[in-house]
Amino acid sequence: MSSETLIHLSLAVLLLPLAGFVLMMFFGRKLPRQGDWLATGISTVALLISLVVLYQKLTVMPGQEAVLNFPWINMHNLPGIGPITIVLGVGLDNLAAIMMVVVMIISALVHWFSIGYMEGDVRYSRYFGYLGLFTFSMLTIVLSNNLFLLYAGWELVGICSYLLIGHWYEKKSASNAGIKAFITNRIGDFGFLLGMLIFFTTFHTFGLKEIFAGLQSGTLPYGSEGWMTAAGVLIFCGAVGKSAQFPLHVWLPDAMEGPTPVSALIHAATMVAAGVYLIARTFPLMTAEALLVIAYIGVITAFISATIAIAQNDIKKVLAYSTISQLGYMVMGLGVGAYTAGFFHLVTHAMFKAGLFLGSGSVIHAMHHALHEQHDHHTDAQDIRNMGGLRERMPVTFWTFLMFTLAISGVPLTSGFLSKDEILAGTLAFGGMTGHVVVPIVAFLVAGLTAFYMFRLVILTFLGKHQDAARFPMVHETRWVMTVPLIILAVLSFFAFYSVNPFNASSGWIAHAVQRPESVVPASLAAADRETFGEALHHEHGLAMVLSLLVAGIGILVAFATYYWKRISAEDIAHRFAPVHRLLLNKWGFDDLYNAAVIGGTIAFSRMLRWFDNMIIDGAVNGTGWLTRGTSFVSGKFDTIVVDGLVNLIAYLSGFAGLVFRKFQTGKVQTYIFFAVGSMLVLYFVFRMV
Amino acid sequence: MDTFDIVFYAFAAITVLSAFVVVFSRNLMYAACSLLFTFFGVAGLYVLLHADFLAVTQILIYVGGILVLLLFGVMLTSKVISVDIKTGTIHTVPAMILAAIVFGSLAAVFYATWSQVPEPVTTATATTRTLGELLMTRFVLPFEVASVILLAALIGAAFLARRIRKP
Amino acid sequence: MDASPISEVLAWLPNVQLAHFLAISAILFALGIFAIITRRNAILVLMGIELILNAANLNFIAFSHYGGLNLDGQVAAVFVIVLAAGEAAIALAIVLNIYHRFQTVNVDEVSSLKE
Repeated sequence: MSSETLIHLSLAVLLLPLAGFVLMMFFGRKLPRQGDWLATGISTVALLISLVVLYQKLTVMPGQEAVLNFPWINMHNLPGIGPITIVLGVGLDNLAAIMMVVVMIISALVHWFSIGYMEGDVRYSRYFGYLGLFTFSMLTIVLSNNLFLLYAGWELVGICSYLLIGHWYEKKSASNAGIKAFITNRIGDFGFLLGMLIFFTTFHTFGLKEIFAGLQSGTLPYGSEGWMTAAGVLIFCGAVGKSAQFPLHVWLPDAMEGPTPVSALIHAATMVAAGVYLIARTFPLMTAEALLVIAYIGVITAFISATIAIAQNDIKKVLAYSTISQLGYMVMGLGVGAYTAGFFHLVTHAMFKAGLFLGSGSVIHAMHHALHEQHDHHTDAQDIRNMGGLRERMPVTFWTFLMFTLAISGVPLTSGFLSKDEILAGTLAFGGMTGHVVVPIVAFLVAGLTAFYMFRLVILTFLGKHQDAARFPMVHETRWVMTVPLIILAVLSFFAFYSVNPFNASSGWIAHAVQRPESVVPASLAAADRETFGEALHHEHGLAMVLSLLVAGIGILVAFATYYWKRISAEDIAHRFAPVHRLLLNKWGFDDLYNAAVIGGTIAFSRMLRWFDNMIIDGAVNGTGWLTRGTSFVSGKFDTIVVDGLVNLIAYLSGFAGLVFRKFQTGKVQTYIFFAVGSMLVLYFVFRMV
Repeated sequence: MDTFDIVFYAFAAITVLSAFVVVFSRNLMYAACSLLFTFFGVAGLYVLLHADFLAVTQILIYVGGILVLLLFGVMLTSKVISVDIKTGTIHTVPAMILAAIVFGSLAAVFYATWSQVPEPVTTATATTRTLGELLMTRFVLPFEVASVILLAALIGAAFLARRIRKP
Repeated sequence: MDASPISEVLAWLPNVQLAHFLAISAILFALGIFAIITRRNAILVLMGIELILNAANLNFIAFSHYGGLNLDGQVAAVFVIVLAAGEAAIALAIVLNIYHRFQTVNVDEVSSLKE
């Protein structure tokens, strides 16, 4: 299969969901079953094509990139700048091919799952249409080989996220969450745009390859190293917004207001991973300082959100914070230079986190139905304190959920173990080489926390006794359209799909296909090169594995001790460390802080402006008013006597003339025309004489 | 007198004579039908002036569109049962005088300047393509404005002519 | 002046050129004015307007051919035709409305413009 065929097939994968979106928008409601089979079928076909593409890409031409470019805007020669051509194009390298398959797997499975989950929804067909639009936009990000198209896809996924979070917009909280997600992303995207424009003004191109080539030849943006780092950090800003990194992470938990399959697709597996993908794409142009910023942001994010996840009681909120934490992991992995590990974690995380969300969707669905049967409209179907013991009623959901939990906790034989281990080894190597020891320490701490809160979730939801004995028999396992995707994802969370060796992924196919690209920034600015870092990473691998097993084991044990065997009282600890508990419950107070700083700041600023208005401007206006009144009095007298007299005279004259000319007003159109033509003639003759 | 002149006079005769019928006929239908001949005559004159595209357009739009519209107007507004499609005239004499003055002054202008007229441009090529290019390049703004006006006219006509309940 | 105006005109007649077309256009114009002023039926008034527009068009095209206006005159004529079509549609709609309201299309009976 030639590279041309490959790129055409990827274009087919890209455009099929768009076609699905258009069809669903126009004909969705008229089709039988509101067209869910159409959207699902399209995404499944696209998944199959993308699998073929990936296989061919990796077997036939693993080393080269398939590209298709077309010039979009050609501005020829601009005075003083030179020729500028904006070329758009798609490129398929190994990274894009793998990402495309990941997106399509999750998308197709979510389509299937939604058939069950969204049954009977008011905007059923529109929901499927938006899913198609999202898939298209996400693939645009994945396949574009230039920043411009990438940015377009970036904004498109943003709007899809907005639309799908607010799918139940009758709920005030849902529409607010959509707006919050959109605005928060906007801040990050602005940074991305600035970073993009820095490169564009320097190299007059958006093509990543051209930018890399320009940097390699020694040209720096504005000839300055500071600008170089700034541009990298600005592009990373986009990732901060989209991947919900500190300090813009606040939108993701609220985004859980959307339907749960959407959370699985957009807010767990693909869109939020787009930020990580962006860093991976632009990795070569990151300087060592920019990478350090990235690593620290990742560390802070991972730690903060892991601690918050411990104290949450909403099943989806726990998963949301866990997602933020894992995204922090990936960002941290890329930041320390463990490029392959970061991307590998993206892939494995997409599988098990989508599975976790779909599993939670299954639980919520079942709880919802049970509550509905009970005519109970007050109990929260998403609160884990209302669950428990669901293992007996929902065996498939339980076993798959357990598999995902094991994977995210980093238990051996799972995919998560492989990828997490690599990242941890990377942080150890990074800490050893640069002396930033806080990075590996926090990374291991977060690994333990992750195991703890995930098992807390499993225990409270599925083990123990159900909270309401009357409700318990009414909880049923969900339909096959919902359980089959769970089983598929659970199978995909198994190590064998990624590496033959269950303890080391460095021999797996992803590690072969996705190699860390060489940095293009000048050597004085670049981070440790690939060979040096790879050596160090390899060296630390054994230690990382032992340590990660240890912390995961401790986390799981503590979780069981606290919530299953009740040896440790959670209430007691919460009571003893009340301020800490309250801080975690309030999500470290970020929402309050932003409320106070941004919204409060705006209000304070408006107050100040009002004061300025009242005192200065109104004062000036009032002063002018007094002055005007004085002059008005004088001119008023003048008016009544002199001007009015004149006006009255003119009015009298006009009235007299009107009496005369009134005769002409017959009200008949033809008379008017007669006079019009006549007057025209008179004018003509008058001007002829002049 | 060559062929050109003969053809010109033939078309001029058709135009002027039928125009007279339009103006002076008491019967509405006769007037409308002779208006058809006027339009045909004018189209013929266009051909003599090397405006082939406009001649065709004249026939298509005036004869095919406007005249049909006018006939519709005649039929929709005349009481067909009472066959009252004859119609009168008013203040004929002042109008006659005015029209005579108008024609007189126009003719005077032409008469005063006819000897200074340049020779005709002798490009006997089809104008359609050039016209189309002109419309798309130099006159693209008026062209767009005209399309907007047509749209407005369309909506306005539909709005005005819709059935209104009697107050 | 050597020849009388009459003989001048007689000599001018056979040699068709710009002024001939302008003369036709002038005749049409005057007839149009006449129709507008004298006819009572609104439809006939409309016909008069069409005559005037045709006269103007004839002028445009004649100058375009003779006067060195090139094709600009023809373009103007195209726009005139376009406007005439729109005008006819609107005017007829108005006439129909008048008919509905006053039960007549005789413009001299419709004089609510007065006062």
